[in-house]
Amino acid sequence: MAWANQDKTAIVGIGATDYYVRGKSWPRTINDMAGEAILKACADAGISIKDIDGFAYYSTAGAGYLDKFDTASLMETLGMPNVSFSATLTSGGGGCPGAIGLATAGLMNEDCKYVVTLMALQQLPQHRLGVVFGSAAPNPENSFLQPSGLVGPGHLMSVLARRHMHLYGTTQDAFGEIVMATRANTHNRPKAVRKNPLTKEEYEASVMLADPLRRLDFCLETDGAVAVITTTMDRAKDCRHKPAVVHACAHGGQREWGRAFAWMGMPDPHFASSGHKFTADRVWAQSGLSAKDMDVALIYDHFSPMVLMQLEDYGFCEKGEGNDYVLSGKIRYDAATQGGVNGGVPVNTHGGNLNEAYIIGMTHIVEGVEQVRGTAINQVKDAEFALVSGGPASLPVSSLILRSA
Amino acid sequence: MSEPIQYGPALLLPGQQIRITTNPNTEPFWEAARDHKLTACKCAACGHFRMPPSAYCPECSSREVEWPTLPGTGTVFSYVVCNKNPATGEDYIYVPVVVDLDGAPGTRLNANVTGCNAEDVHIGMKVTVEWTDIQDGWVLPNFKKA
Repeated sequence: MAWANQDKTAIVGIGATDYYVRGKSWPRTINDMAGEAILKACADAGISIKDIDGFAYYSTAGAGYLDKFDTASLMETLGMPNVSFSATLTSGGGGCPGAIGLATAGLMNEDCKYVVTLMALQQLPQHRLGVVFGSAAPNPENSFLQPSGLVGPGHLMSVLARRHMHLYGTTQDAFGEIVMATRANTHNRPKAVRKNPLTKEEYEASVMLADPLRRLDFCLETDGAVAVITTTMDRAKDCRHKPAVVHACAHGGQREWGRAFAWMGMPDPHFASSGHKFTADRVWAQSGLSAKDMDVALIYDHFSPMVLMQLEDYGFCEKGEGNDYVLSGKIRYDAATQGGVNGGVPVNTHGGNLNEAYIIGMTHIVEGVEQVRGTAINQVKDAEFALVSGGPASLPVSSLILRSA
Repeated sequence: MSEPIQYGPALLLPGQQIRITTNPNTEPFWEAARDHKLTACKCAACGHFRMPPSAYCPECSSREVEWPTLPGTGTVFSYVVCNKNPATGEDYIYVPVVVDLDGAPGTRLNANVTGCNAEDVHIGMKVTVEWTDIQDGWVLPNFKKA
């Protein structure tokens, strides 16, 4: 059955700072960057900062890994007169596109009129994710993980990738193709951190950090901020750009995935997966669509193997066939035809977290908005539907389908 | 595809750099480990095993638990080869393994494995528990190739 809130709200404003290599944004403060992103999103939407009356965060309102957003501080800093919705999804980056569903909940409940979703990230040396994971004295639950030396997210993801290789014959060649295929989308993007084309030889020369994963299988570490504004469809019609309509949105997941690689308890076939099957099935049920209906897929790519596993969980290919799907070129974008290759759906036309910038998923929402507006740098011709996913991690993870107006 | 890397012996992370914390739900596991007994949290009402130990059985909601002594053997479910000591950043070859525990269906432990070269660790490899003294007088279960 179609989602009750289908096509009732839209993303109308997007704003971002420059993307800085980790640590290079200093002496800007994290609220300085967050403010720039929010003000730019308001300008993009054609509304005043004083119209903002809602906040829908994710990652437990985290701003990077140690800082927290605080609605009271933001409204005093930026001058919003009233706030009537302030909420967050729990856990981490997996909730990124789900925050648009949270914004929709606030809007459809008539709590608020214009909702900001944002992330800002500033990785000063003591704020790096691997350092944050590894330096904390483990809590009683994490005392069953951290002593093994699984301290960085790359270590954790490699354990899942290894199981996928064992079960399905998946190869490191496929991981490399994911990095190369999405790198091919950044040469024309002024703000992208990595723009040079990547050869197979360069990929294979990349240092092995957590075998089977190389440095280039890991996403960038970026400083910066991104904000988007969601409102109701009636208000969206008065905004500057064509609305990016919220067609379906779901967050959550099933118990078998649960804490995921924060514990490693998942049974097969969930272990060697992205944990997205539950929200994938929900957005397909909400919309009546399937993977083949998507014009572009913006898939959270903190680590290359997790793209392959999401392709399977969303049904772009069958479970266990991600290796062959990727190696047949089907995630590539063909600029000449403004479409996919070999019958596939273009993935991460913005270069993703691996190549453009890593703002914990927000850049994927921005690219989805630009694609359905028709203003993307690597525009998919006549893009009607864009899938956006949030990072495989402890639940909730989340999924969003944007539609052109 | 490039050739597999030859890493050499899989090492244990030094116990003196490892800390744990406990709570009343998990402490019986660590007390048993201090006596070099491997256990897992078993529901006393329905027999379902769960790890890490927690307050409720997810199958029947009982709070009653038992701590049977397990054989101390298991099977590698997955693994990763790491090459830096996380405490110091120095070159150091160790292999975190996810181990399916014999005698406690569905339960696992994350640990280091020794007794073979890192490149020889594989999914399905049989392992037996070995005990590592860590900080604060606690003892950590690790594994060696059986």
